[in-house]
Amino acid sequence: MTPDLILFFALALLAVAAAAAMLASRNAVYSALFLVLNLVTVAILYLLLNAAFIAMVQVTVYAGAIMVLFLFVIMLLGAQQEARGPDLRWQRPVSLVLAAALLGLMAYALFAGGRGPLLADAALLEGFGSPQSIGRALFSGYLIPFEAVSVLLLAAMVGAIVLARDEPKEKR
Amino acid sequence: MNIPTSYVVVLSAILFTLGVIGVLTRRNAIIAFMSVELMLNASNLAFIAYARGLQQVSGHIFVFFVIAVAAAEVAVGLALIVTIFKTKHSIDVDQVSGLKG
Repeated sequence: MTPDLILFFALALLAVAAAAAMLASRNAVYSALFLVLNLVTVAILYLLLNAAFIAMVQVTVYAGAIMVLFLFVIMLLGAQQEARGPDLRWQRPVSLVLAAALLGLMAYALFAGGRGPLLADAALLEGFGSPQSIGRALFSGYLIPFEAVSVLLLAAMVGAIVLARDEPKEKR
Repeated sequence: MNIPTSYVVVLSAILFTLGVIGVLTRRNAIIAFMSVELMLNASNLAFIAYARGLQQVSGHIFVFFVIAVAAAEVAVGLALIVTIFKTKHSIDVDQVSGLKG
């Protein structure tokens, strides 16, 4: 049991606990904060997995911008408390069974080939995942997808403004 | 720093399953939406794990694109939720049954 593995298991436990707490809490603000905890934990895991650039993107874009947007909308709508409706009687066990089936299927797909744990060769990982290597790959092999994503973000921005603005007054 | 790729992929599968449970059981539209983000995040973790195991930087590029698309999706999705709230005064997904036959 190396220190890396101990750190990995601690972070994994924290991530799963934060995700479960997100699902269990009744208050939407607590759910959002638990999701932030989960995202930051996963960002630390990215750092352990030689993905420093992606870890920083995760913290700034996901845990920062996206979750602020979520919290802003929750507080804007005053939707902290979930309305008490008729209870989901049979849906809840069915969903747990379906989720367990999905987990089993994924485990089968991952380990049916009989491959052992894939261990990265530490000598080859020098500089892997650094901003330089990401930038070189992004602006050489993936330039057109990169530009397409910028157009997509612009379209999403325009779409969000069109959807969320007030209805214009009737033309006279 | 040598963590076996399979451990990380199992963690990613567990997080993805928790996201699926959230989408299936929660009726608050915002929490269901946050569960979708959890699933995207779990798939990103698997991408990063395999990118490291196979020494392919393409995995990192894909995660970058997934995060960018998730940002766009959240902007549009939350605008939709705000619009639904304006007309229904509720974000319970059971209330949004206007297209039910």
